[in-house]
Amino acid sequence: MSMNRQETEQLIQEVLEVYPEATGKQRAKHLMANDSSLEKSNKCIVANKKALPGVMTARGCAYAGAKGVVWGPVKDVLNISHGPVGCGQFSRAGRRNYVTGHSGVNIFNDINFTSDFQEKDVVFGGDKKLAKLISELDGLFPLAKGVTIQSECPIGLIGDDIEAVAKKSAKEIGKVVVPVRCEGFRGVSQSLGHHVANDSLRDWVLHGRDDDQSFEATPYDVAITGDYNIGGDAWSSRILLEEIGLRVIAQWSGDGSIPEMQTTRHAKLNLLHCYRSMNYISRHMEEKYGIPWLEYNFFGPTKIAESLRKIAAFFDDTIKENAERVIAKYQPTMDAIVAKYRPRLEGKRVLLFVGGLRPRHVIGAYEDLGMEVIGAGYEFAHNDDYDRTFKELQDGALIYDDATSFELESFVERLKPDLIGSGIKEKYVFHKMGIPFRQMHSWDYSGPYHGYDGFAIFARDMDMTINNPCWQKLKAPWQRAGAETLQAVA
Amino acid sequence: MAMIRQCAIYGKGGIGKSTTTQNLVAGLAAEGKKVMIVGCDPKADSTRLILHAKAQNTIMQMAADAGTVEDLELDDVLKVGYGGVRCVESGGPEPGVGCAGRGVITAINFLEEEGAYEEELDFVFYDVLGDVVCGGFAMPIRENKAQEIYIVVSGEMMAMYAANNIAKGICKYATSGKVRLAGLICNSRKTDREAELIEALAAKMGTQMIHFVPRDNVVQRAEIRRMTVIEYDPTAKQADEYRELARKIVENKKLVIPTPLTMDELEDLLMEFGILDEEDESIVGKTAAAEAALCAA
Repeated sequence: MSMNRQETEQLIQEVLEVYPEATGKQRAKHLMANDSSLEKSNKCIVANKKALPGVMTARGCAYAGAKGVVWGPVKDVLNISHGPVGCGQFSRAGRRNYVTGHSGVNIFNDINFTSDFQEKDVVFGGDKKLAKLISELDGLFPLAKGVTIQSECPIGLIGDDIEAVAKKSAKEIGKVVVPVRCEGFRGVSQSLGHHVANDSLRDWVLHGRDDDQSFEATPYDVAITGDYNIGGDAWSSRILLEEIGLRVIAQWSGDGSIPEMQTTRHAKLNLLHCYRSMNYISRHMEEKYGIPWLEYNFFGPTKIAESLRKIAAFFDDTIKENAERVIAKYQPTMDAIVAKYRPRLEGKRVLLFVGGLRPRHVIGAYEDLGMEVIGAGYEFAHNDDYDRTFKELQDGALIYDDATSFELESFVERLKPDLIGSGIKEKYVFHKMGIPFRQMHSWDYSGPYHGYDGFAIFARDMDMTINNPCWQKLKAPWQRAGAETLQAVA
Repeated sequence: MAMIRQCAIYGKGGIGKSTTTQNLVAGLAAEGKKVMIVGCDPKADSTRLILHAKAQNTIMQMAADAGTVEDLELDDVLKVGYGGVRCVESGGPEPGVGCAGRGVITAINFLEEEGAYEEELDFVFYDVLGDVVCGGFAMPIRENKAQEIYIVVSGEMMAMYAANNIAKGICKYATSGKVRLAGLICNSRKTDREAELIEALAAKMGTQMIHFVPRDNVVQRAEIRRMTVIEYDPTAKQADEYRELARKIVENKKLVIPTPLTMDELEDLLMEFGILDEEDESIVGKTAAAEAALCAA
């Protein structure tokens, strides 16, 4: 059973005791027991604040948010990591955002393009090198639809004018060239990078085909926003939308492209999965083109059915009927999955620490399998994310913002969850503590988890992790219960 | 081999650091001292009077042309001029681009790695950009680099403000290393009671005015010929002044951790010498219109 609010608050107090007074006071504002009756979070939890010196945080940087998250999945652009070679190389092709096409011909996500800064570039500035690089890239990869300039830290320090280069180069190569001011030292986490990337899409890409009337729109056109196609998530979402009779005209940005983004203005509705990383551009499209946006959740059959109905409600009766038909069509498959796995997973307790969306969005999928989320936290959420979290979590569940490694380990020691869902930085710490763990950023090299297809894989993965026989073999035979009898016999 | 004395020359932009440095170095060279000048300013004008050159090829420019700084040899960047004075310029970008501070750091690291300091040298002089705007321009006063700082100053208010600020910077590094303030060099602008004022300022900062260099047009005449006064006209009175400055520096033992003045102390000093008027608190923040209205009333 999960703890009640009082017990959770007690636990928070005990964990905080270890900190020096000032640190404890700061961290206390980031921890709370869930009160599912709350509407607004701003009075009970502090979010999107600088991590404290001396504690270990799991956060990334603005470059990670812009280049890695938002721009990285766009398949037909050349994302230049502008600065020294490391940022681009160590973030290359690691995120599992799938794309279709031929590498180096019409997709470019798995290649590291970098201006490879040397001392002389820092001292004399990198603008000329950048312009040359863009021009050379255009010759090497003529089918690319554009270039982005992802600023690494030194660019901001030396004040290179990448906007001027972008304007000049765009004229020269006749394609979009997008300057992205995502220097890693800006902001408190990768979250600022999402915002910066959204703004760059708004200012340099979105309006590119506003004068082009050749697009043949239909009343059923929608766009998927905030789905990065991790392990194919956007694809397993897209087929459901198409099955209910909608036409997906753009994916932002998993398996997405510049032309799609520029025709998104014809969409009747923007479907927003990751609110944290793409609410900005969704709001902008609403303001500029009058496209409404709707948050949805395609994790687990309960949330999928809810979301399909919510989406269908925006359209005519045909779509509404289609939605019911599609839900009914998949119901037996979902029932079979639940029948198979629920008995093996019933009552298992889960602790989550992920980015800005999943700690709330995957709760329904776990609950469909009879599991219980006893704690959830975000690396880089803002208060509007917590507003959306209280209703999803049980009363008294533990909530933690930008949890430090000490806090996370302490919570796990005390709560002894059956499964932890977090990232690669956390994984092996908890493996060593003998606790089943799933990477919930990358789906642990599995996926997709979105949609009905995704749920089948999600359920299988959770089962094979939690019920893996390895967890029984963490102790040597002579350390296990009953070892004394063995010795006595000997 | 005796310890190399490493000295850095700081001071407000345009005060005459490069001119003073080269003339005094020429004075040292004329005495038989072995000296190296390291120009730490992207303008690269710290060695032109010694080399009779317009501008020396800089370490950073040559590194950029060659590919990386590792591709350079010491001989490529080190030029020998008047009196055997060795000259290098760190160089850097044109105004408005890149990072000049990083250029200074890269250049000085290069000189160390290439053994520029292992030659038989008596003195190294760093001639640094006017304002210590970032860490790069503090490079010459970090550990194991310059240990004697001379600040070029004049009786003008902003020059003294700058000198005091530089002293604050020295304090920061003095507590962790061996860098010390060695004196103020007054490069005269012929303001009233100038020598007296700078001596008073030096006393308050815990240091000395090591020499008062009078103003003399021979300096400009020599500069037009890209020469120091000492080389151009060794018999000139001004040449004696620079030789005297050089002699005082050779003999200088007064190395101190400075005691920079607070803003109030500095202003009091300036008021005492009539450079700054007593502040009238009643007029602060009053617009012309408001004052006119007040007068009319």
